[in-house]
Amino acid sequence: MGPNLLANYGEAVSAVLFCIGFTNLLLQNNLIKKIIGLNIMDSAIYLFLAEKGYIAGRVAPIVVDGVTDVEAYINPIPSGLVLTGIVVSVSVTALMLSLTVRLYKRYHTLDLDEISSRLKKEGL
Amino acid sequence: MAFVQNVPFFSIMISMFSGIVSSVLPGKAAKWLNTAAITVIGVMSACLLGYMIDVGGSYTFMMGHFPAPWGNEIRAGALEAAMALAFCVVMLLSMLGGRKKLDDEVEKSKHNIYYILTDLLLSSLLALIYTNDLFTAYVFVEINTISACGLIMIRQNGRTIEAAVRYMIMSLLGSGLLLMGICMLYDLTGHLLMSNIKEQVASIMETGTYRIPLSITIGLITVGLSIKSALFPFHSWLPDAYGYSTVSSAAMLSSLVSKGYIFLLIKIFYRVIGFDIICESKIINVLFVFGLCGMIFGSVSAIMEKDVRRMIAFSSVAQIGYIYMGFGLGTTEGVVASIFHILAHSATKSLLFISAIGLTDVSAGSRSFFALTGAGYRNKIAGVGFTVGSLSMVGIPVFAGFVSKILFAEAAVLHPNIKMLPTLIVLAISTILNAIYFMKTVIRIYVPEKKSVIAEKGYTTVTMSRQKLYTVTIILFVLLNMTLGMMSEPILHIIQTGLSNFA
Repeated sequence: MGPNLLANYGEAVSAVLFCIGFTNLLLQNNLIKKIIGLNIMDSAIYLFLAEKGYIAGRVAPIVVDGVTDVEAYINPIPSGLVLTGIVVSVSVTALMLSLTVRLYKRYHTLDLDEISSRLKKEGL
Repeated sequence: MAFVQNVPFFSIMISMFSGIVSSVLPGKAAKWLNTAAITVIGVMSACLLGYMIDVGGSYTFMMGHFPAPWGNEIRAGALEAAMALAFCVVMLLSMLGGRKKLDDEVEKSKHNIYYILTDLLLSSLLALIYTNDLFTAYVFVEINTISACGLIMIRQNGRTIEAAVRYMIMSLLGSGLLLMGICMLYDLTGHLLMSNIKEQVASIMETGTYRIPLSITIGLITVGLSIKSALFPFHSWLPDAYGYSTVSSAAMLSSLVSKGYIFLLIKIFYRVIGFDIICESKIINVLFVFGLCGMIFGSVSAIMEKDVRRMIAFSSVAQIGYIYMGFGLGTTEGVVASIFHILAHSATKSLLFISAIGLTDVSAGSRSFFALTGAGYRNKIAGVGFTVGSLSMVGIPVFAGFVSKILFAEAAVLHPNIKMLPTLIVLAISTILNAIYFMKTVIRIYVPEKKSVIAEKGYTTVTMSRQKLYTVTIILFVLLNMTLGMMSEPILHIIQTGLSNFA
């Protein structure tokens, strides 16, 4: 357990970050803090992927000096997945932020519970 | 390779490109394009279904120029084609039934956006049904979430925006867990294609290594997808999202969006991990318990609700509970019953939403339960639709709900050990609770209201000839429901063969 954890400290860090982001997204009342939590969570996943795709002593799979040997390069697929994931998380963040702006313009607060209680009072 | 085998690719592309094209079209043209796209895809899926029943088995379809272990793939069989057909039919009917309401509730300038979102929703649902690649599935899960969020907030008021935010938060928690699960699975097996992962998972199980990471992965993926499909403890966003959005959105959200995630979960159970390993992993016991809790608590919340739209939404929680309870049994019969219930519930719940809106409209727009008194006389066809939907949900023979209830009961009786008794008991209790709140509403809409009250509250009466499209939609919904209820044998046969092809 101990040496494994030390050898895979990147994965361990990403797991901790994932939990931090997850709890923030779930438990914070402030919408902006929730979105920050979302981004921490997503970044933790990308860290995990990048950490898993990296092989010590090798370089990114871009052929510049004619070396085509597989042994010279890291696994490119996790990097590709990270890129796709970043695109998704950017668009989701943008959507969440725009929703937050709308709610703020209407209710002048970022507190989700406060907004809910005001909605109940409005009785819409 | 027969030409009809290109259908999955074409249907995803048609829906996606009609969404893109709609962004430059005016609202009316976008509407026709949307209707045409859904119809064409439905007809094509029916052709594929006929072909797959003839030929049997399933096939994979290479996307791009790279062969199996590296490239992306689509896979289709009879079950996938049947699901695509069912989703198209339900989506078309929900759009038709809610069209008039959409004109009232959504600004004119936003109409084409609504149709873009619907097209994207359809394409992501089709991709979830057909894809053979886990990461593609994740990307389309996100597209599905974003378009569903748009469908909720297209009707702009405080309620819907708040509901959309809550929906997004829960969905993002779910997709975070799902993505983490997929990444861990990729690290364990080195593949993203479902069939390759399954081979590797089998060899991992043989050698007995990586047991704990595999269980964590199964847990992450299952919990992620069950959060997204509103399994019982994670359903807090659901009543607002279904209750306040425009009616087509509510019908599509309850009958299609959550079902897409559930279908993906079935695919992961059968085609990625293997159902035996899932059953060994004890995660199905968790699903079983939460499913049973959902069946009870969803119905109890529905009984206590005074708002008819929110009541139907809470009933969805109970029905999702039924579906997960079927998985939780851990037998093929249970999963078959769940898949049939996916079909039955999507046909019925969209009918209920569409007919409820007809009833509230003639009650001066009031959604309160008491305002509905006598609404079945003021809008006759909506009353008929609501009654049929309620009877189906309660489980009266002839309608779809009866077949799925009897399948669940059969699956429970055939179950070898301890799960049989709790399933049967909760099934019975839940049916009674269903009957309480649905029959209460049906009786309420057929109790005549005093003339003085009608005049005072400004209730109106709508005849069938003044709402032709709506009437036709309700009639088609009722026919669909009765088809599912009376001709269940061939459908069950498709589900059973499809599941055996999955394995």
